[in-house]
Amino acid sequence: MYTAEMRELIKKVEATRPERLGHDYSRMTPDERDQVLKKYHPDYRASGFRTLSLGANEGSKVPLELADLLEAKSRLENVNLDLTKVDYDVDVLIIGGGGAGASAALEAHKQGAKVLISTKLRMGDANTMMAEGGIQAADKPGDSPAKHYLDVMGGGHFTNKKELVSALVKDAPGTIKWLNELGAMFDKEADGTMVTTHGGGTSRKRMHAAADYSGAEIMRVIRDEVHNQGIEIVEFSAAVELLLDKDGKAAGAVLYNLETEEYAIARAKTVILATGGAGRLHYQGFPTSNHYGATADGLVMGYRAGAELAFADTIQYHPTGVAFPPQNFGALVTEKVRSLGATPVNIDGNQFVFHLETRDVEAAAIIRECADKNKGIETPTGVKAVWLDTPLIELIHGEGTIEKRIPGMFRMYKKFDIDMRKEPILVYPTLHYQNGGLLINEHGQTKVENLYVAGECAGGVHGNNRLMGNSLLDILVFGRRAGSHAGAHSKTVEGKALSLDHVKKYHQSLKNHGVKTDRISPMLLPHYTHGRENDK
Amino acid sequence: MSDKEMVDIYILGKKYPVPASLTIMDSMEYAGYQLVRGCGCRSGFCGACATVYRIKGDRELKVCLACQTKVQDGMYLTQLPFFPGNKETYDINELEPTADTMGRLYPEIYKCIGCNSCTKGCPQELNVMRYIGYAQRGELEKCAHESFDCVMCGICASRCPAGITHYQVGLLARRLTGKYIAPESKHLTERVNEMEAGQHDESIEKLNNKSVEELTELYNARDIEK
Repeated sequence: MYTAEMRELIKKVEATRPERLGHDYSRMTPDERDQVLKKYHPDYRASGFRTLSLGANEGSKVPLELADLLEAKSRLENVNLDLTKVDYDVDVLIIGGGGAGASAALEAHKQGAKVLISTKLRMGDANTMMAEGGIQAADKPGDSPAKHYLDVMGGGHFTNKKELVSALVKDAPGTIKWLNELGAMFDKEADGTMVTTHGGGTSRKRMHAAADYSGAEIMRVIRDEVHNQGIEIVEFSAAVELLLDKDGKAAGAVLYNLETEEYAIARAKTVILATGGAGRLHYQGFPTSNHYGATADGLVMGYRAGAELAFADTIQYHPTGVAFPPQNFGALVTEKVRSLGATPVNIDGNQFVFHLETRDVEAAAIIRECADKNKGIETPTGVKAVWLDTPLIELIHGEGTIEKRIPGMFRMYKKFDIDMRKEPILVYPTLHYQNGGLLINEHGQTKVENLYVAGECAGGVHGNNRLMGNSLLDILVFGRRAGSHAGAHSKTVEGKALSLDHVKKYHQSLKNHGVKTDRISPMLLPHYTHGRENDK
Repeated sequence: MSDKEMVDIYILGKKYPVPASLTIMDSMEYAGYQLVRGCGCRSGFCGACATVYRIKGDRELKVCLACQTKVQDGMYLTQLPFFPGNKETYDINELEPTADTMGRLYPEIYKCIGCNSCTKGCPQELNVMRYIGYAQRGELEKCAHESFDCVMCGICASRCPAGITHYQVGLLARRLTGKYIAPESKHLTERVNEMEAGQHDESIEKLNNKSVEELTELYNARDIEK
C-alpha cells in the first residue's frame, strides 16, 4: 500500500532503529513544554476563535465553528408544537446513548426512577465505543488516588475544578470493580493482577485495558445491562431543544425522529445531557477521530437553556491520527501504541520528541516538526505526517505483542495492506476531544435547576487538557453520579407546565445583540461530500 | 471532471460514478446521501455499517463494513441498517457460567448445521462458528476470547440458517467470563475497601487545599514509574 517513495523513506527509519532502541529521548522541561504549546498548539491560534456576543459566557472565546452554532436559531423557530400533548412522561430523561448516558440510566433506574434514553443514532453509537487505550484508576500497590489526582491536575495545567478531580479519582477503583462485576473483561495476569500501562503524563502505570477494544468492551457490556434492566430507549431520535418549566427549571426535551421527521415531547422531572463531544465540527479544518454524531448538540441546547460553558476554548488534538492511508484519515491511533514503545520519527529517521509527553505537547511537537522544521513526510493526498515507529513494539515486548495488545489497530492497517508489525505508520494530530463543556458540580448538576450533564458534554474535570484514560473514567464516574442524583432528586420534583420561552428569549437576544443569521442548530449530523463539487 | 480514477457503483440499484480511492461509506456520501442509518464510528469499532454487496457479473453475495472497505468497479451495494437479532434478557447476578446457561438462554446454538456462513461473513475475521462450538460445550472462557473482537454488526446472524444471534451468544459468554471465570483482582478489591473506609480522603483533601504553586511544585518533582 505504501508508495515507492514512502518505502524508500522507511529505510531511513529502519537504519536508525537499532540506535534508538532502548534509548529514551529526553522529556521536555516545563519551559520547553510551555513554548511549544504557545507556538504550535491550535488552541493558541487566535484566528480559530471568536468571542460570544450573548448568553451565560458572553465575551468569552470559543472555536469559530462552535460560536456559529451557539449563535444560531432553533430548529423550532417556525414549528408549532402543542406542549401539552406529551409523548413520553418519565422521571429522568437521558439525552445520549453512549457511556455516560448508559451508566446514568443504570443508576437512575436503581434509584427507582422511570428512565427514558433518547439517542440520535443507535444506543451505544458514541465516542465511548471507539475509545481504545484504556481507563485509569489507582488501584495497584505503589499507586494512590492522590498520585492520580496530581497527574490529572498537572495534565490539565492546574485549571481543573478540584472537587471534580477529587470525585474522579476517588470513584475510580470502585468504577473498575463495578464494570468487572458486570462482566467486563479487563486484561489480567493469571493471578488476577490487572495488566496496566502508562499513558502520556501519568506517573504510574494505571491504564486498565481490554486489548484496544477498551471502550467497545465497556459500552457493549453496559448497553447489554441497560437492555437487561428493561430501560426504555428511543433510537434515531435526537433532542433538538430542552424544555423548561415556567420557573426556568429543566423539564424535558423536544425529540426529533430523524426518519419520519416528526417531533415528540418528552416530559421529565430531571434531565441529563449526555450528548458527547464536538469533533465533527472539524475545528480549524482538522480531521477527527470522533463518532459521526459528535456535533456538540448538548452544548447548544444547554447553553440556550442558560447553562454555563467551561473551558470551551480548549480542544484536544490527539497527537496520533491516521495520516495514511486516506481511507482511514483522521481515525485514531491509540496512545497505547506509544505506551507500548512506538516513538515518533521524522523524515530523516530521527526521533524529535519524547513519545509520552502529554497529548497537547506531543501534538504541538508533531505540528512543529511538519510545519516549521519541514521534516514531515508528504502523503499522496498532500497531507504532511511523521512516522510512528511501531516495529519497535515487537522488538521491545516480543513478537506477537501487536496482535495481542492492539488487535484493532493491527486490523485497521492490515485492511489496507500495511503491516504495522514490520513497517512504521504515518500519523498527524487529529481532533479528538472536547476538554471543556457545560460546567457541572460533583453531582453533575448545572446552574439550571434539574439539568444535569455527564460525559464529554460536561466541563471542568479535565481543565484545559485531558490525560489518556480519564475520559472513559469520567463518563462512568459522572454518568453514575448524575444518574444517581437525578434519579433520587426526581422524586422531589413536581411536574409543571412545559415551556419553550427560553428559546424565544434566545432569539430575541440574538436580535438585540445584532447577530444576523440563518444558521440553525443543533447540527445533528454532518454533511460530507468528499470533494464532489471539485470533481465536476 | 478531475483526473481521479473513477469507478461505477450501484447504490440500491442506481448507478453512481465515484473516486476509486473512497471507502463504501464515503462513496455513498460522495453520491449525495446523508447517512442516518448505517453510519457510526467510521473507524471499524461500532458495527453500524454492515453492508451486503455483489460485484457485477459475479453471483456471490459478499458482506463487509462500509467504513473499512474500498469501493470496486461494478459494486452493487445495500446496507444492513438494522437486523432483528434476538437478545435474551437476564440477571447476570443469578447466572452460572455453564453450558446449561447458554443452552437455556440461546438453545438455537445446538441447531448449528456447521455451514460456516457466520465465519465467512465476519468482517473482523473471527472464527464465529468455532466460538459457537465453544458455547455449545460450555467452554465459556474460550468462547469469550475467540469472540472478543466482535463489533456486533450482525452480519453473522443475517447469514445463519439456524437463527443463531452469534454476537449475543459471544457477549453473554464474555460477561460470564469477566464476572465469574477470570481471576479476582485482589489489589482492586483491597483498594475499593480502603476507599470505602475513607483511608484516602485525607491525602486528597490535602491536595485540594494546596495552591496552584504548591501543586505545580509537587507535580514537577513527582517520581515516575519506569
